[in-house]
Amino acid sequence: MKLPPLLLAAAAALTVQSCKMKSTESAVGGDAAARTYVAPGKYDELYNFVSGGFSGQVSVYGLPSGRLLKVLPVFSVNPENGYGYSEETKPMLNTSHGFVPWDDQHHLALSQTNGEHDGRWLFANANNSPRVARIDLKAFKTMEIIELPNSGGNHSSPFLTENTEYVIAGTRFSVPVGNAESPLDNASYKKNFKSTASFIGIDKHSGHMNVAFQIILPGMDLDLSRAGKGPSHGWFFFSTYNTEQASTLLEVNASQKDKDFIVAVNWKKAEEYVKAGKARKMATEYYHNTFNEENHAATSEIIKEVLTLDPEELKDLVYLIPCPKSPHGCDVDPSGEFIVGSGKLAALIPVFAFRKFVKAIEDKAFEGEYNGIPVIKYEAALHGEVQKPGLGPLHTEFDGKGNAYTSFFVSSEIVKWSVKDLKVLDRVPTYYSIGHLMVPGGDTKKPYGKYVVAYNKITKDRYLPTGPELAQSAQLYSIEGDKMQLLLDFPTIGEPHYAQAIPAEKLKNQSVKFFDIAKNKHPYVAAGEKATKVERKGNQVHVYMTAIRSHLTPDNIEGVQVGDEVYFHITNLEQDWDIPHGFAIKHAATAELLVMPGETSTLKFVPTQPGIYPFYCTDFCSALHQEMQGYMRVSPKGSNVPLKWHTGGTDPTAAVAAK
Amino acid sequence: MNRKLSAFGKVSIILATGCIAMLWIVPMWRIDLAAPQYPEGISMQIWINDVKGDVEIINGLNHYIGMKTIHKNDFKEFVYMPAALGVFCLLGLLVLVLNRRAWFYAWTGLLILIAAVSMYDFWKWEYDYGHNLDPTAPIKVPGMAYQPPLIGYKKMLNFEALSQPDIGGWFFIAATLLLTSAALYEWRRAKKQRL
Repeated sequence: MKLPPLLLAAAAALTVQSCKMKSTESAVGGDAAARTYVAPGKYDELYNFVSGGFSGQVSVYGLPSGRLLKVLPVFSVNPENGYGYSEETKPMLNTSHGFVPWDDQHHLALSQTNGEHDGRWLFANANNSPRVARIDLKAFKTMEIIELPNSGGNHSSPFLTENTEYVIAGTRFSVPVGNAESPLDNASYKKNFKSTASFIGIDKHSGHMNVAFQIILPGMDLDLSRAGKGPSHGWFFFSTYNTEQASTLLEVNASQKDKDFIVAVNWKKAEEYVKAGKARKMATEYYHNTFNEENHAATSEIIKEVLTLDPEELKDLVYLIPCPKSPHGCDVDPSGEFIVGSGKLAALIPVFAFRKFVKAIEDKAFEGEYNGIPVIKYEAALHGEVQKPGLGPLHTEFDGKGNAYTSFFVSSEIVKWSVKDLKVLDRVPTYYSIGHLMVPGGDTKKPYGKYVVAYNKITKDRYLPTGPELAQSAQLYSIEGDKMQLLLDFPTIGEPHYAQAIPAEKLKNQSVKFFDIAKNKHPYVAAGEKATKVERKGNQVHVYMTAIRSHLTPDNIEGVQVGDEVYFHITNLEQDWDIPHGFAIKHAATAELLVMPGETSTLKFVPTQPGIYPFYCTDFCSALHQEMQGYMRVSPKGSNVPLKWHTGGTDPTAAVAAK
Repeated sequence: MNRKLSAFGKVSIILATGCIAMLWIVPMWRIDLAAPQYPEGISMQIWINDVKGDVEIINGLNHYIGMKTIHKNDFKEFVYMPAALGVFCLLGLLVLVLNRRAWFYAWTGLLILIAAVSMYDFWKWEYDYGHNLDPTAPIKVPGMAYQPPLIGYKKMLNFEALSQPDIGGWFFIAATLLLTSAALYEWRRAKKQRL
């Protein structure tokens, strides 16, 4: 068919037009608003747990609305509710190096049963002072934090095996084991520095964590990791960089080799070796902090040894698969058959086949050894490469329909490709420079699909400017059709790294509404106003106080002296949903307490000057909330003002004396 | 002259006794409350020998306006009610054995009497509960009383209250209707026999 020249010119102009970079407006589809609108009073379809990055906390959003529902205090103190300030929660942040009030929280993992999210717990890593936390999803509360010995930069964590047998912790920064001192140069790094893969066992019923064993690997940076599933269950895969083993200027020195490794660890084999007594006991010291639901308080336990396994001696424990250019993401598809390594400096994505990897081991298709560990031939384990997918692949998630979604930091886009034939199917821009991405259930055997969320590293002009420090940004895309469609931008706290999402149905009905006061076993509980009292033990004064709408008992306290350690043990007597009471006292050098119904929390206050100190309820609780207040009289040291307390007309001291 | 009960009369005794016996298994009456800040509602169930449901929440709320707190042990009704209904059930068996119309009429009358006295007593308690307020209560609304409705719907300040029979109450009503109609039937049958 012959086209008139004018029409040809118009067609050419249109082609040129469509080659132009997409603008923000053109990327958003017409029905995006309707698809993310959750009407007032209606619930979101999914809970989205998002890592809080350098805030140290975990945030909870609703999807598809992107509404912030809660910030869960995990690794940083939180004056808003007293986490890390109250006597009960201080032990949660204890480490072998003392009380650490902050950390850098990167990745999250929802507990799994048979490779699917079961809605019991959420695990979170601390990158800086290596730790792993377990959050209970009934009370949305941090219940346990375990420290990792022989670790630096707990980055490749807290990924889980398919039945939550283990949560993993791998070192991003190799360090000398036993926390020994060492000179800082490349020769010393090669000799003394080790990376470790810690397998933290999880009790099936209580969720309690313990470091079951550590595999001591050559010095390199373990970046990210994933457990195998289905056929590859029993294996754990880690991406690595700096296999050049440099201690300085890694930007250059760790980017020299053409290929680094995917480290494949056979943890079932490791279990056998541990049972056979092949593990070495190493003396060390690390903290294990547990919050007790019954007495509403945390305790710290110091653990003094750890079991280690050496893959140089135990030959069939660890294998290395070459992977191009400092791989970052190391993701396993829902079938458990394919392992995607994302060389963050590479222009292709290698996909390895588990079956071929196993065969390569059987055939001894090795290209050599690296620090005594066999290295499999690249081609022997390779399923194929995704050609020209984009620049700087980071992470891959899956939709359960055979498609993979990979984030590209440098080219700032999400690319959809087919796992089977490795063909690129679609690409959408992200605003800007996406890091992690998340498909609900996209790391499980049965992805929920429907959406992919981009967690971006750069925000620039996406929101109203707020000075040099801008909002963090997430973006929601629909993946229901053949083409991905941008639906929504929503700002997040901290810097969002990895995230998890679970259908609301799996969590919302198990949510705790209040704690049963009859089951409160706090040593300083006052389970009713009759049990309130003030006791002096040397220079310690313990106030057993209750809060109920709308008064504190006792609300007048006298006989406290300068320099006394006053402990306010506040029991919230309410037994109804959404009636927390707060507690704050003037000049206390801590934070407020937010006490849930049926709970007891303690604020410590050491007055430095005589005077009258007002205290009050900080959480608006009722029509008479403003009246929920009291006074403490502080007298000079050595004063003869007797200890007295009361609320209203009754004087509990007199009542006790009468008995 | 035949003063014995018909088959219908006899069956009605067994059924009505069964209905009343249900009151030991299911609640008799319920009061539901709703307010803007209680979208899930607050509910109180009255049994013949107990009061259950969100009683503590209601007690907590009512202290603002100086209403008395509700405690199971304050109700002598929770002793009298099971006693009266227990005696009623035993008498039913006696009427069945005696098999006389006159006893049946009297027994039916007894149930209606128990129902009437109970409702009057319930109203009287509600009146006292709603009017007898603590003079030192934090919230005082001039002219306001908080008597819950005897039966049906009423709006009081921010709360909407709905008072109605619970499952047991409906069994009670069913028993009363059944015995009343059986008594009417027996009375007509007797009249026919006399003609």
